[in-house]
Amino acid sequence: MLGARQGLIERLSTVWASRELLLYLISSDIKIKYKNSALGMIWSMIAPAMQIGIYFLVFQIILKNGVPDYVIMLWSGMLVWHFFTNVVSNATSVVVQRAGIVKKVAFPREILALSIVGTSMVYFSIQFGVLALLMLLMGHAPAWHLLWLVPISFLGVVLIASALGIFFSAVNVYFRDTSHMVDVGINLWFWLTPIVYSYERTVSPMVHAHGLTWLYLLNPVTPVVLTFQRVLYGETTVIANTPDHSVLHVLPSWTTMTFVTVNAALISAGVILLLGAMSIFSRLQGNFAEEL
Amino acid sequence: MESVVDVRSVTKKFRLHQGRHKNLKDRILHPGQGTTTDLLVLNDVSFHVGAGETVGVLGRNGSGKSTLLKCICGVLQPTAGEIAIRGALAGLLELGAGFQPELSGRDNIYLSGSMLGLSRKSVDAVFDDIVEFSELEKFIDSPVKFYSSGMYVRLGFAVAVNSDPDILVVDEVLAVGDERFQAKCMDRIRQFQADGRTILLVSHNADQVRALCDRAIVLEKGHMVSDAPAGESVRVFREHLLGQTAGSSQSTDAHSAMTIVGVTSPSGHFSIVTGQSLTLDVTLESDRPLDGRAMVEIVSRRGELIARTDPTTTPLSISSGLNNVRFVLPTVPFLDGTYFVNLGVVSPEGNSRWAWREQAAQLEVTYDGRGAGLVALSLEVRPS
Repeated sequence: MLGARQGLIERLSTVWASRELLLYLISSDIKIKYKNSALGMIWSMIAPAMQIGIYFLVFQIILKNGVPDYVIMLWSGMLVWHFFTNVVSNATSVVVQRAGIVKKVAFPREILALSIVGTSMVYFSIQFGVLALLMLLMGHAPAWHLLWLVPISFLGVVLIASALGIFFSAVNVYFRDTSHMVDVGINLWFWLTPIVYSYERTVSPMVHAHGLTWLYLLNPVTPVVLTFQRVLYGETTVIANTPDHSVLHVLPSWTTMTFVTVNAALISAGVILLLGAMSIFSRLQGNFAEEL
Repeated sequence: MESVVDVRSVTKKFRLHQGRHKNLKDRILHPGQGTTTDLLVLNDVSFHVGAGETVGVLGRNGSGKSTLLKCICGVLQPTAGEIAIRGALAGLLELGAGFQPELSGRDNIYLSGSMLGLSRKSVDAVFDDIVEFSELEKFIDSPVKFYSSGMYVRLGFAVAVNSDPDILVVDEVLAVGDERFQAKCMDRIRQFQADGRTILLVSHNADQVRALCDRAIVLEKGHMVSDAPAGESVRVFREHLLGQTAGSSQSTDAHSAMTIVGVTSPSGHFSIVTGQSLTLDVTLESDRPLDGRAMVEIVSRRGELIARTDPTTTPLSISSGLNNVRFVLPTVPFLDGTYFVNLGVVSPEGNSRWAWREQAAQLEVTYDGRGAGLVALSLEVRPS
């Protein structure tokens, strides 16, 4: 039945019915991206490695933040961030980029944004693998007893990123400025997230003094970054590798229960946002073919 | 008959933006500017397609036929009304639309198969048929960006027809590829019909619609003006075209100037014997003198165009008022059967039909010889 409007449940079931198409789109995206390049997949690691190298140089060598094994802490947060930005900024323009198919072939268009989530997951796994290798080489152990928090927290960021990606992909069809606004916004967002700096040492005392801790933690990427850092970096308090050997509180000393609560709240928010984004998308997608 | 496509009072409006805000700056700085006008492309269109029927959609450019098809395929949503589809539908709005140029033909078969709703297993099952039909065995592992446009289209058609749909929706795509491949596509479409599947075909080629379809719909500026057997709809389509054809003002005037009043036979009936001549007395009324060309078409009972005379060799001068003209076909070579005669007056270039009548006469031909086929062929034997 192709009426003027479809219900959300109906919409979800059509998306589910097209899961095989989703897998094809993901695998073809990856194939195409690296088909004609000699180094192939390695490129998906060179760019982030470069970025991490620069931050390492600036914060560890030049500014001497004193955090031992800083690369591990940096990479744990960067993993999450790369996944998030890949999804949000690529999904925003995906419907416009694929105008050719959208105008000629009938399929649930959410699939396009979801395929970006899928490809980003593949890159995430590769980068995760590289981090694991690095930890092995450096002899840096994660907090083994908290490892189960990683998939839970990742689910949270997947939900939030998908919701934003789906929402912006639809809005961008009507408003081409969206993709530029998203790119600019993401730059700012990066510095609002404790990735290159330590939350506990720099932001926490400041926001706490003004009673704004809740505002800072409203950034949905922050809890995921903090969870990844807590689990993969493993320590909350370390001895600085600077000459004075001072004690550094790099990560919040939350209990396991606090991490569980924060991540559960994030997942609930993610589910609500995703359903909201899908319902907005299904209202807007009816006119895609004529707006493109 | 069970109906598989139900189109119920479908209306589609397009928003036309003039001087529209494409970005935020314009929208904030000039909030009042930019007007939008609604364009009504489909206006309350309703029809049903029964299982196993082949239905043609006829209309001139801008009549809304492609929009209707896009609504049926689900690419566009109707502004009002609804469309119900029963069964798997494959839409050929554009051949090879879902192809990724960087991927090989093989990967693209799987990708576009899954866009048509096929699982990997069902693509596996028809993969060889697709490759064989498209005749691309040698190139199936090369990226499709290296394909010629003909190869591209062949692969697109092969995937769509092998996706085993219950309903096939085709938009003007039969006019692609070389003549041999077109014939192959036509055969495939006929095989589809024989299998009892449903086809919805958009075309502005009235002869093709008459040859393939059981029934046809005529759209004119978003309104459905005919839903009738193919021959009848083609008549409506052609006669509508006469009323208001875009083009030179002279020809537009000519249309309104001339009508066919009657077609009779001096013998009082339209029955002849193969090889005899056929005479038709045509009465035309015109409000001014015009120089046109006479043209006659013979159509088989199945709707296939058998012959069309060359209008450039038959000039016809019309004076104002009533004109009695005699159209004579000196020898009618067809074997026995029933044929329809379409006739009229066309422009000197033969492109525009000024006055036209579909099925002006039903011709009964009897054949007393023993030859076979479509036309009587004479043979002489001489000592060499």
